[in-house]
Amino acid sequence: MSGLLILIPVALFLGALGLGAFLWSLRSGQFEDLDGAAHRILSDDDGPLDEPDNTPRK
Amino acid sequence: MTCCAPGVEAAADLASEVPEADDDLLRAASRNLGDGKMQIELAVPDVHCATCITGIEGALGDLNIVDNARVNLSTKRVRITYHSEDGVPPSQLMDTLKKAGHRAFLLDNAFDDRSDETMRQLLRALAVSGFAAGNIMLFSVSIWSGADEVTRTLFHWISALIAIPAVAYAGKPFYTSAIGALRHKRLNMDVPIALAVGLALLLSIFETAVGGRDAYFDASVTLLFFLLIGRTADHMMRERARGAVKNLSRLSPRNAVRHMPDGTRQIVPISEIEPGMLIVVAAGERLPVDGMIVAGNSELDCSLVTGESAPELAKHGTEFLAGSLNLSGSITIEATHPAGESFLARMISLMEAAEGSRAGYRRIADRAADIYAPAVHILAALAFVGWMFLSGDWHLSVLNAMAVLIITCPCALALAVPMVHMVASGRLFENGIMVKDSAALERLATATHVVFDKTGTLTEGRPRVQRQISGSAEMANRAASLAQFSSHPFSRALAAAFDADRIEIGETREVPGSGLEAKIGNDVWRLGRADWCNAADRSNEGGSQVWLSRNDEPVAGFSLADQPRADAKSTIAELKRTGIGITLLSGDQADAVQDLARQLGIENAESNLKPQDKMDRIRALQAAGEKVLMVGDGINDAPALRLADVSMAPSSAADVGRSAADFVFVRDNLSAVTFALNMAKRADRAVKQNFGLAIVYNMIAVPLAVMGFVTPLIAALAMSSSSILVTLNALRLRLGRNSPATKPDEADVPHMMIAEPAE
Repeated sequence: MSGLLILIPVALFLGALGLGAFLWSLRSGQFEDLDGAAHRILSDDDGPLDEPDNTPRK
Repeated sequence: MTCCAPGVEAAADLASEVPEADDDLLRAASRNLGDGKMQIELAVPDVHCATCITGIEGALGDLNIVDNARVNLSTKRVRITYHSEDGVPPSQLMDTLKKAGHRAFLLDNAFDDRSDETMRQLLRALAVSGFAAGNIMLFSVSIWSGADEVTRTLFHWISALIAIPAVAYAGKPFYTSAIGALRHKRLNMDVPIALAVGLALLLSIFETAVGGRDAYFDASVTLLFFLLIGRTADHMMRERARGAVKNLSRLSPRNAVRHMPDGTRQIVPISEIEPGMLIVVAAGERLPVDGMIVAGNSELDCSLVTGESAPELAKHGTEFLAGSLNLSGSITIEATHPAGESFLARMISLMEAAEGSRAGYRRIADRAADIYAPAVHILAALAFVGWMFLSGDWHLSVLNAMAVLIITCPCALALAVPMVHMVASGRLFENGIMVKDSAALERLATATHVVFDKTGTLTEGRPRVQRQISGSAEMANRAASLAQFSSHPFSRALAAAFDADRIEIGETREVPGSGLEAKIGNDVWRLGRADWCNAADRSNEGGSQVWLSRNDEPVAGFSLADQPRADAKSTIAELKRTGIGITLLSGDQADAVQDLARQLGIENAESNLKPQDKMDRIRALQAAGEKVLMVGDGINDAPALRLADVSMAPSSAADVGRSAADFVFVRDNLSAVTFALNMAKRADRAVKQNFGLAIVYNMIAVPLAVMGFVTPLIAALAMSSSSILVTLNALRLRLGRNSPATKPDEADVPHMMIAEPAE
C-alpha cells in the first residue's frame, strides 16, 4: 500500500508530462506539416523553426 | 515537370503560364499582422521533396522584405511573412518563386483558420481522453483483478478525479452537436453518446461516494477516446481533400481595365462595371462581364461558358458571355450587362435556387439514430421499471438501467460510419478523387443515372491534332517549330503532336484572329487559318483546321479536334454494364455531340442546351425516380451540378463548377467516375455490415445487461471488441485494385495547362 502512494502519483505525473508535451507540440505547430517534417530531415541546415507560428488564434 | 532541377528553360516556360499578379491583388490577399508586417499564403502545387522546400525557403529568405517563409508540404502551400517597404512591391515574391522554377498561385481566401481550429480542438480532446483512458484503465484492471475494499475505493476516487475533467473537456464536440440536434427537435448519434457518457460518469461518482463495488469511469472515458479517434480521422481526411480542392481555386483579378472616352485607361473594380463601359481584355484573360466586341481581332474559347468546343472568331459586333477566354489578341468590349447581372452572376443565382434535393438528404448515421436512440432509451427505462417492480431496490434498478445504456454500444454504431468514410475517402484521395463532403459518398452510392457534359468532361477540353490533311512530314515538323512561338491552344496541340525541326527562326509576329507569321531566311511562313494561308477551307470535313504556308503557298494542313478522354469509351461501357442510365447533355453543336455520342455508345444525347435546359432534363429524371449523378465542368454546368443528387467535376473545371461539385477528380482519366461509384457502393455495404454487426452485438449483450449480469469489465470488453471489429471491417475497403492511373498527372506538364477562369 505504501508503495502505491509513491507509484501512483509518479505514474500520473509522467502521464501528465506526456500529455503536456503533446499539447505543447500541437500549439507550437509541429503537427501542421507532417509530410514536410519527414522531408526536412534530409536538408542540411537543421536550425530550429525560425519562429513559432505566431498567427493570431481565436 | 521536375522542380528539383529548374533550368532556364523551365523558368521561361513558367513566365508565359503563371498569370501576372499585381501588387494590389497580393496586398488584398495578405493579412496584416501589425507593425507593418504582412502575411500571405501561396499555393505551390509542384513542391514534393526536400530540395523544393529548401529551394523555395532559401530563395524567398534572401529577399530583404521577407522575414520568414515556410513551406507546408502537406498542404502544398508556402506561408510568407514580409514587411511592406516603400518602393518594394510584393509582386517580387511571385517573381522570385517563378525564377526559382516554381509555379505559385494566389489563393482565394487562403486564411480560413476555422477548420484548422476544429482539427486542433479534436486533437487536444483526443490527447486528453487518451491520457485519461489509459490511466483509468490502469486502476480498473487492478480493481478487476481483486483489489480489497479500501484500495478499490481509493482507486475509484482517483479515477473520478481524472475522469471528471477529462469527460467535461474531451466530450465537448459531442455535447455541442447533441444539444444542437435537440434544439432542432431532432435526434442524431451524438445524443445517445452524450447521454451514455454523462450518465455513466454521474452514476460512477454516486457509486464511488457510497463505496459501491462497480464504477464505469473507464467505460465513459474509453468510449470518448474511441469515438474521438473516429471523428479525428474522418475530419483529417476531409480537410486534406478540401485543402487540395482549395489549392485549385486561384485568386483572380477583381479589377478590369477600362478604356475611358478620352482614350486613357483606368483600373476599375469589376463590380462597378456599367453597361456601355469599354473594357480592354488582353490575350489570356477572361471576359469580366458580358460584352460586345468593339475593337480588336481575336478568337475566344467559350468551352467553359457554353460547352462549345471550337474557338469562336471574335470580330466587331459579336457578343460574348462573361468567362469566355480571350485567346490571341487584345480586344475591347462594350459591357452589355453590369457585373451583377453577368452570365456568371446569373449562373450563381440559378445555383442557389437549385439547392433543393440535397437539403432534404439525411445521413445514414442520423437515420439510424432515429431508430436506435428511442429504442435504447425505452429499453433502459423498461429495465429500470422491471427491476423496480421485481426487487424494489432503486439503486440496483438504476445500476442495471445504466448498464443497458452503456452496453448497447453506441461506440460501434458511432464508429460504423466515420471509419468507413475515412477509409473510403482516403482510397479515393490516393486515386486522385477529392471528396468534399462525406454525405456525398452516401448519395453517390444511390446514383442510378449519370449525366455527362461533353466539352472538358467526356472530352479533354483542348484540341489535339487529329490528322495531317496535306503536306510532308518535314512540314509537320516545321509547323511544330513555328507553333512553339504561340500560346494559342492550336499551336500548343501542334507543338505537342510533332517534333520541332531545328531551324533558325527569325522575327515572329502573331496576327490576332489569324495566326502566326515568321521569317525564316527570306521566306515568310504563316501558320494559321485556312483563308489567311491561301488554302481552300475544308472545315466541312469536321474539326478545326490549321494551315502552314510558305510565301502564301499552302504546304501543309492539319485537322484538329477536341478528343474524347482516353478511357471515356471503356468508362461508358463499364457504366452500362452495371445497369446505370447514361445521358449526354451538351451546350455544343448537334453534329459534334451526335458524333461523340455515337463514338462512345451513348444513346441519349442532347445538344444546344442552355443551363436552364440542363436543369430541366435533370429535374425530369429526378421526377421519374432516378438519382442523378452529374459530371460536368463548365460555368454553364454549375446549376446542374448543384441540382443533381450528387456531382463530380474534373479539376480543370471552372471555379463555380468545382465549388458546386461534391467530388473533384484531378487525374485525366474518366474512370474516376466508375472508381468513385464502386467505392461509394462498397462503403455503403460496409456501413450496413457495421450496423449489422452492432445489432448482432446488442442482441447478445442487451439481454445480459437487462438481467443485471453486466459488470464494468464485461462492458469494457464489449465496447472495445465491437469497436475493433467495426474498424477492421472498414479497413477492408483498402483491399482491391486502384484506379488505373494514366500518365503521371498531365496537369504537371506546363504547356498542357488549362488556363483558369477568372471570375
